[in-house]
Amino acid sequence: MLEIFTLLANWLSYDVIGLSPDTRLGASVHFFIEDTTKILFLLVAMIYVIALIRASLNLERVRAYIQRRNRFAGYLFGSGFGAITPFCSCSSIPLFLGFTSAGIPLGITMAFLFTSPIINEVAVIMLWGLLGWKFTLAYVVVGMAVGMIGGLLLDTLRGERWLKDFAAKAYQKAAAEVEAGTGTIEVPDAPRLTFSERHQFAKQELAEIVGRIWKWVLIGVGLGAALHGFVPDNWFAANLGSGQWWNVPAAVVAGLPLYSNATGVIPVMESLIMKGLPVGTTLAFCMSTVAASFPEFVMLKQVMTFRLLLLIFVILLANFMVVGWVINLVGPWLMVGH
Amino acid sequence: MKLVEVLGTGCAKCVKTAESIERVASELGVDVKVVKETDPARIMEYQVMSTPGVAVDGKVVHSGSIPHREQIVSWLQG
Repeated sequence: MLEIFTLLANWLSYDVIGLSPDTRLGASVHFFIEDTTKILFLLVAMIYVIALIRASLNLERVRAYIQRRNRFAGYLFGSGFGAITPFCSCSSIPLFLGFTSAGIPLGITMAFLFTSPIINEVAVIMLWGLLGWKFTLAYVVVGMAVGMIGGLLLDTLRGERWLKDFAAKAYQKAAAEVEAGTGTIEVPDAPRLTFSERHQFAKQELAEIVGRIWKWVLIGVGLGAALHGFVPDNWFAANLGSGQWWNVPAAVVAGLPLYSNATGVIPVMESLIMKGLPVGTTLAFCMSTVAASFPEFVMLKQVMTFRLLLLIFVILLANFMVVGWVINLVGPWLMVGH
Repeated sequence: MKLVEVLGTGCAKCVKTAESIERVASELGVDVKVVKETDPARIMEYQVMSTPGVAVDGKVVHSGSIPHREQIVSWLQG
């Protein structure tokens, strides 16, 4: 069904504009038209449908669900809800404090916050459309693993010692109550919504999300298109060596100063992979760009000491590298059937 | 006089929320004081997790979005 966008791009770039598919410009323009039309179509359709379904999911209910889990299920739930719960990054701090003051361990809260920028419906839709389901699945597994392992490490190292005072106190008080069995939050009832309320919610979500990301799609696809047309095939393999161990840390470091959301980076990933950059290296680069962002760290500074921030930073970087190496090992399987 | 607190750590939506409450209040001629509360510790005490949140006279009435005009009218006249 998605071939229709290839045909549309063929017609527009070769017949209407009159470019040749063999030129660099022709290849770039074709890539740009095909990907922007395909992505925007998929986004509009899917965001609406997903929003209909999750209209009744709110943070208060998510928090109550997570609080009831034991520790290890907690990391899975924290990370899983981080992937599916919509929330604006400007709500990170109130969310963090809401979880912490309900006695939810720091690692589980951070599993939520680590995974949230990496996995969301927009990222999944774009990956599926551009790189196929196997790659999408790998991306989701990797994104959740980064969150869960990061959270587990933070708790193992007892990171909560380095929360800012007021947050640490709120956490200890609530954690003691949960332990004693008096502080458990009831799961609030799901709001009963009529279809027209769900439709209203979905319409707002659609307008809000598309309004926020359309320029990222254009920028991301534009960069991807430029790479696609103007970087020779297998340039990465020829210049970086294919999959030497140091490629992965290099990709992570290269991604750090870049700050983008998943929407902007996914079309670039598509191009990088098509040009022969190993899949794990590409993913490590992408995670580093999306999940370790300076604006986020500046926000977290309000509730964490510098020491804790540094610990989180190091854990994230180590995670990205492990992800890169592991995926490079299984990478060839991922691209089969693309 | 009513005290309206807009709870949020400084996002664009919080600013818009405060502005629209002030605008509706002056249209209705209601005497209010609108304060932007950005201190994370205070927001935590209110147990608000999605910003912008709105508290009227110390009680949370809304969270998670820019409120509609009708909602604002009902808080101010209630």
